[in-house]
Amino acid sequence: MSTVAGPGMVVSAEQRKRARNVGFAYLVLAMVCFFVFTRRPGDAGFKISETSQFTLPAQGFGWALGIVLVAIAAAQLLRGLGKLSNVVLALATAAFFMSFLAWAAAGDSFSFVGMLQDTVSRSVPITLGAIGGILSERSGVINISIEGMLLAAACTSAIAASLTNLWLGTLVGVLTGMALAAVLAVMSIRYKVDQVIVGFAINFFALGITSFISFRVLVPNRDTMNNLLPVMPIRIPVLADIPFFGGIFFDQTIFVYFSFLAVAVTTWGLYRTKWGLRTRAIGEYPKAAGTLGVDVNKLRYRNLLLAGGVAGIGGAWWPIGIVGRFDQNITNGRGFIALAAVIFGRWHPVGALCGALVFALSEAVRLKIGNFDTGIPSEFLIMAPYVVTIIVVAGFIGASRAPKAAGQPYEDQ
Amino acid sequence: MKFELRGITKRFPGIVANDQVSLSISTGEVLALIGENGAGKSTLMNVLYGIYRPDEGELMVDGKPIHFSSPADAIAAGIGMVHQHFMLVPVMTVAENVVLGVEPTGRLGSLDIAEARRMVREVSDKYKLELDPDAVIEDLPVGVRQRVEIVKVLMRDAQIVVFDEPTAVLTPSEILEFFEIVRTLVGAGRGVIFITHKLKEALTIADRINVLRRGKVVGETAPSATNEDEIAEMMVGRAVQLVVDKHSAKPGDVMLAVRDLTVVEPDGRTVVDGVSFEVRRGEIVGVAGVQGNGQTELVEAIAGLRRAAGGSVTLAGRDITGDSPRERHVAGMAHIPEDRQKQGLVVDMSIVENLVLTRYHDPEFSSGVRMNWAGAKEKAAAMVAAYDIRTTDPSQAASTLSGGNQQKVIVARELSRDIKVAVAAQPTRGIDVGSIEYVHAQMVKERDNGVAMLVVSTELDEVMALSDRVLVMYRGKIVADLDPRTVSHMDVGLYMAGSRPTAVSS
Ligand SMILES: Nc1ncnc2c1ncn2[C@@H]1O[C@H](COP(=O)(O)OP(=O)(O)OP(=O)(O)O)[C@@H](O)[C@H]1O
Ligand SMILES: [Mg+2]
Repeated sequence: MSTVAGPGMVVSAEQRKRARNVGFAYLVLAMVCFFVFTRRPGDAGFKISETSQFTLPAQGFGWALGIVLVAIAAAQLLRGLGKLSNVVLALATAAFFMSFLAWAAAGDSFSFVGMLQDTVSRSVPITLGAIGGILSERSGVINISIEGMLLAAACTSAIAASLTNLWLGTLVGVLTGMALAAVLAVMSIRYKVDQVIVGFAINFFALGITSFISFRVLVPNRDTMNNLLPVMPIRIPVLADIPFFGGIFFDQTIFVYFSFLAVAVTTWGLYRTKWGLRTRAIGEYPKAAGTLGVDVNKLRYRNLLLAGGVAGIGGAWWPIGIVGRFDQNITNGRGFIALAAVIFGRWHPVGALCGALVFALSEAVRLKIGNFDTGIPSEFLIMAPYVVTIIVVAGFIGASRAPKAAGQPYEDQ
Repeated sequence: MKFELRGITKRFPGIVANDQVSLSISTGEVLALIGENGAGKSTLMNVLYGIYRPDEGELMVDGKPIHFSSPADAIAAGIGMVHQHFMLVPVMTVAENVVLGVEPTGRLGSLDIAEARRMVREVSDKYKLELDPDAVIEDLPVGVRQRVEIVKVLMRDAQIVVFDEPTAVLTPSEILEFFEIVRTLVGAGRGVIFITHKLKEALTIADRINVLRRGKVVGETAPSATNEDEIAEMMVGRAVQLVVDKHSAKPGDVMLAVRDLTVVEPDGRTVVDGVSFEVRRGEIVGVAGVQGNGQTELVEAIAGLRRAAGGSVTLAGRDITGDSPRERHVAGMAHIPEDRQKQGLVVDMSIVENLVLTRYHDPEFSSGVRMNWAGAKEKAAAMVAAYDIRTTDPSQAASTLSGGNQQKVIVARELSRDIKVAVAAQPTRGIDVGSIEYVHAQMVKERDNGVAMLVVSTELDEVMALSDRVLVMYRGKIVADLDPRTVSHMDVGLYMAGSRPTAVSS
């Protein structure tokens, strides 16, 4: 008998090709370990609480990881890793990241836990923006105006919160997001204008009007209209005392808790409720839902408004959750990163949260690494999340498919 | 319960799809609705189902007028419809599709998926539909998808069920099962409207037959009072030749040679298993078989839409196994795909564009980077006339055509050029009898012009009538090579089921 493929071994040409590509990717990572991460002498201190830290010898760790990666690559290229490959990939990526940090911080120390805490906080607007994107696209409307919704909501909530209180400020942010979403909805659902073009228009409108308000209104009235005390972190009893993780996840502002809750609720809603079933149906094949008596366009309106509201809270995070004021173009493209997180997460809220955390992590790392003299231009670190998206989506996640009807207006006769 | 449509008129830009149509349907009876492609059958049913609002006329329930402004109203009034082109969400499961719109819910609007599964199983068991509630639609063959559609309708407790050409995509045995379902429905006191192009079926199952032509009702009759020829004449307005008229073939050189062709699915299943056969110039070779025995994959591998895992395909002496579909086209292969909306047409493009879709690069239609639209339109107009494609304006989107007319666009495009080999999968699916006559005649003419034809059809009558040689495919293998003049339908049926006629058993 000829050789028979055993369990866990790759079968189709497609899979074999992917396994090979992944194998080569490991080799590239190993080279980086050998030729870059072993170049800076000294130990790196990772602070994991106020008082304690662990140290990694940068060079030794680089050599060891490089050798392990070569071994993984060999296994991958020779026989494939089968079911284990995703686990191995995750572990290897994490180890590579630690090696990178050790290299950057060699001979010095930094607050590792602080960096991760910062990551979680910064993920808020990206996560909420991504949920807005998911709600829209799952219902069949392309929404590239998340950026505009975040920006406009940041501006109005800053003013409202300065004049009244934080709650009303946030509420005004929500209403602002919904107002822009309503524009998108009417233009794309009722007038069937190209959804990408409407989205662009909303983004430019938001940028223009908030810049105007910022220069003409907020700068002259800085103390009265653009000055507030952001919310304080809320320590969750017991949970916040868990070593290491407690500080990262359970000593955060209400915005962080809300964004996690939003991910959980959206996931449950999309996959476990009647609303979710209908939403997914109208995003994939609206005619099927329409001929069963579901009012496709009404549901699209509702979901878009919801998306705008969630994005509005994301926008309010800047003034109310962290900075305490509004600055011109304060969102600086986070809305687009949120859309990348949607794709990264394959239109699933939990996946999008992971994407948002990856992007936020690279932001937090950039801010920390900036303190060390590594010689990496900070622009490269800014690019990192995008490179990660391309590699992860193209190489590992595989075909990521948008809801089929996204972008197509629905005609009821 | 009795539903009546009174004086319904429905206009589309440039055409009156329904012109003062009146008909009625009561619970407990089967009404067959028959008519040419584009006669307005689907449109009329869409009016009844609340998808279209009529321009004139009204709907009555038990003598009282009723008004539908959306399918939701029609469903509430007890009407259900299985559409000509299925209305299923491909990425969702059977259960999810079935309960969409009537979801069983628990607390906080949560979806009770266990209950949904139970509901699907209950209906599916009651009518012996054998559905797996957790299967994902896109993995299912068309016959099963149709059963999902049926369950959808039954679940909504429809009193009147409309089936728009349900049998076009079914195999002979599935059609028999379908008739059983219809009988059960009628037995349970429901009314059924059944649209078909197969006159035999209408005669078998219907209590009454209504014939539509060019938007008008042209006749009502009962199976006991008529026969196939008479209905065909009523439909088309002239006598129709229902049997294929051809001389015996004069086979010449081998034009298409398939050697040990093997196709493996991504999941490792072998769906075409070492198939070898030849088609000679001037002959029509039919492939019979129950759907799902590898015919689709065989055709796709020959047409270049799927990579062969082994074996070769040779066209006029040239090995084309590794060629792209475009190269095969240029080398002289025509392909009529099985799924007209997914593979045969770009439904959002115009009829003209679809008609020149495989030849836009010919000097006849383009010079350098410029398209010669005048030439394309002229050619398209000729094809529209020759194949009687019912449209008022060929620059409209192909999606505005009726189902059968969409099919005719593909056949016209593929057969109206200089070809050596034609591979046709279900070439007459959804076409009316008048046009089938024309398409068959066209195929025989191409054969006589020296084209080698491979015809794959689940329609045994068609394969037997059209082919000079019949191959039977079973579980990915060719299990018989028969002469349709000497073998009986019965015996072919046995081969199709994987057994052999007893006379030749060893
Ligand atoms: N949305 C539309 N826009 C414009 N014309 C249309 C539209 N839908 C149908 N038509 C036209 O109305 C006529 C009737 O179409 P219909 O689909 O009712 O035919 P049919 O009897 O169902 O034919 P078939 O047997 O081929 O399915 C055709 O000429 C068709 O081109
Ligand atoms: Mg029709």
